[in-house]
Amino acid sequence: MAVTDGAQEVSRRTISKRPNRLFKNMTAKIATIPMIFTALVVFIGCTVWTIYHSFTKSKLLPAPEKWVGLDQYERLWSTRRWLVSIENLAIYGICSLVLSLVIGFTLAALLDRKIRGEGIFRTIFLYPFALSFIVTGLVWQWILNPQFGIQGVVQRWGWESFTFDPLNNANIVIYGILIAGIWQGSGFIMVILLAGLRGIDEDIWKASRVEGIPAWKTYIFIIIPMMRPIFVTALVLIAAGIIKVYDLVVAQTSGGPGISSEVPAKYVIEKMFQSQNLGQGFAASTMMLLSVLVVLIPWAYLEFGGKRRD
Amino acid sequence: MNYYKATTAAVAFCSAGAVSAAELEVTHWWTSGGEAAAVSEFAKAFDATGNTWVDGAIAGSGGTARPIIVSRIIGGDPMHATQLNHGRQAEELIEAGLMLDLTDVAEAEGWTDLVNPTSLLDSCTVDGKIYCAPVNIHSWQWIWLSHQAYSDAGVAVPSNWDEFVASAKALEDAGKIPLAMGQQAWQSSGAFGVINVAVGGPDLWNKINVEKDAEAAAGPEMAKVFEAAAAARAMAANSKVQDWNQATNLVITGQAGGQVMGDWAQGEFQVAGQVAGQDYTCLPGLGVNEIISTGGDAFYFPKQDDPEIEAAQKELAKLLLSPEVQVNFNLKKGSLPVRGDIDLSSANDCMKKGLEILAAGNILQSGDQVLSADTSGQIEDLMVEFWNDSSYSAADAQAKYAEIIAEAD
Repeated sequence: MAVTDGAQEVSRRTISKRPNRLFKNMTAKIATIPMIFTALVVFIGCTVWTIYHSFTKSKLLPAPEKWVGLDQYERLWSTRRWLVSIENLAIYGICSLVLSLVIGFTLAALLDRKIRGEGIFRTIFLYPFALSFIVTGLVWQWILNPQFGIQGVVQRWGWESFTFDPLNNANIVIYGILIAGIWQGSGFIMVILLAGLRGIDEDIWKASRVEGIPAWKTYIFIIIPMMRPIFVTALVLIAAGIIKVYDLVVAQTSGGPGISSEVPAKYVIEKMFQSQNLGQGFAASTMMLLSVLVVLIPWAYLEFGGKRRD
Repeated sequence: MNYYKATTAAVAFCSAGAVSAAELEVTHWWTSGGEAAAVSEFAKAFDATGNTWVDGAIAGSGGTARPIIVSRIIGGDPMHATQLNHGRQAEELIEAGLMLDLTDVAEAEGWTDLVNPTSLLDSCTVDGKIYCAPVNIHSWQWIWLSHQAYSDAGVAVPSNWDEFVASAKALEDAGKIPLAMGQQAWQSSGAFGVINVAVGGPDLWNKINVEKDAEAAAGPEMAKVFEAAAAARAMAANSKVQDWNQATNLVITGQAGGQVMGDWAQGEFQVAGQVAGQDYTCLPGLGVNEIISTGGDAFYFPKQDDPEIEAAQKELAKLLLSPEVQVNFNLKKGSLPVRGDIDLSSANDCMKKGLEILAAGNILQSGDQVLSADTSGQIEDLMVEFWNDSSYSAADAQAKYAEIIAEAD
């Protein structure tokens, strides 16, 4: 496009002396060159490089000449640890998506009722988000520790038979991680949704009050549909957090007991750097990229596709 | 003007640092008390030669440090010397020409005649050239038994694996954990390897790990090994600790009967003030096959452009294997020396047992020497699942194990 346009411009310029459109707004264009370069090289270039090398038998060093086709993917999908990781990610993902939104919206709606001390509550709910996943993970590892944590405290109160030990039980360990994830993230979702709620016109509330519609009905049938863009944003933020979950698991269980709390990101890192098998790590990270696209494409379609809002 | 001055100063400073050629940055992951004391023996000896040892300790285990070391070498910012486990971890780095060839040092010092067992030097050798300096031998094949736990349970301290299995019931009745195990993958995999050598014998181990014989891995002899490991899994069911030294602590305090762990565990007993033979017993090869594997640590020297630094690197390589440094280092580290010709009379009983076995030549190569990091990683994944999931049957695990061996390179 730019090239043909430029050529036409050049031929026209001899007559009208109009400035070339390519050179219009020169400073802005020069300023964006680093970003364009970064996007092309870092995002697209490196992604293509990674995908290409996932079809090779690269070990410690990248070996573009050792082409093995789909071998790495076959091995990946026959590895129990990867399958467990995917299953965990699915459980963690669905639960964390639903719970973050429900808890986040409930908290936001409660704060939106113009309660006293809103600032204090908002700070308390948002505060966990200021902690890194490593710190969150370590804190919850202690809280869920059977000797020192919740179980120990309740037992010392006299309820001797009480057991709550998710981190040492292979069947429910992922929920132990989920609790920490929700605690850390739902405050942030609350703040985003609260901002959305504050953006709703006061007149809507006045009208619904005049009509005598109860508050909960107003929220569900009027306010939530109006907040669609905010929900989409929240959804994308939560989804990105789900796919990259790694440090939380490392801090809380390091994948244990056994391999029951493994996640895909951890598989990628360990295969690449500890097992010295870049090909396998790249294959796994390509699968993760696919899962990101599965999330991103519907979002892009919802946001930018369909009817244009100009 | 100030900016200009600062830049000049910085450039001058950096180049000044580069000029003093005898400053070597050495990376390693020896950060626990005993380990740090051992590595300072190296530093002292090297400083005495007029060079300077710049310590680059990386906290965390080898699993954390190795990726950092490797990425620095690949990324064009190599340190001057680094610890790695000798074996196949640095294979590709050597093939890519990133490591210094030490053959002339080795020939001048006569390493080929001195280093015992010779497999240590073989692991440093690629295409007839020597690329690393082995410094110590660590072996996995030990079980550590708590005298207190057995006297509390009213049974005699076992003298081999079969007696240990037979006494497990008595320990459980006394409220003890028969076998202490940390839940990390490398421990699961290591303990399995030890049971493999003890129950299946060294020939079977060699067939599978050295020759990569998948049929032997799927065979009936190996089935016995997996049955034994499943039995050990049941004995370790109540041991809910993560780190190896927490598991060792269960043995030291008499809460657990025993632990299968490498010879580095004896440092913990020493720190706790326990005496071998009185408070605890160590059985090499689980008391069945008295044999030890000879893995360990070695130093590699990434290639540098500066000839002065190269000379210092070779000086350090020479020093690491000198008799005096070997004695001082290994006594502090609790590991066995790589030379057969030095006197370690001040070693404790367990170390002496190890030295005898080494002198008798009852040795195996270590997993690091024969398996690639990738294969070891796959076995670790399998073993950590097997040890922690009691519904994972021995037969299923064996089938998966045979698959990994079939694909091993």
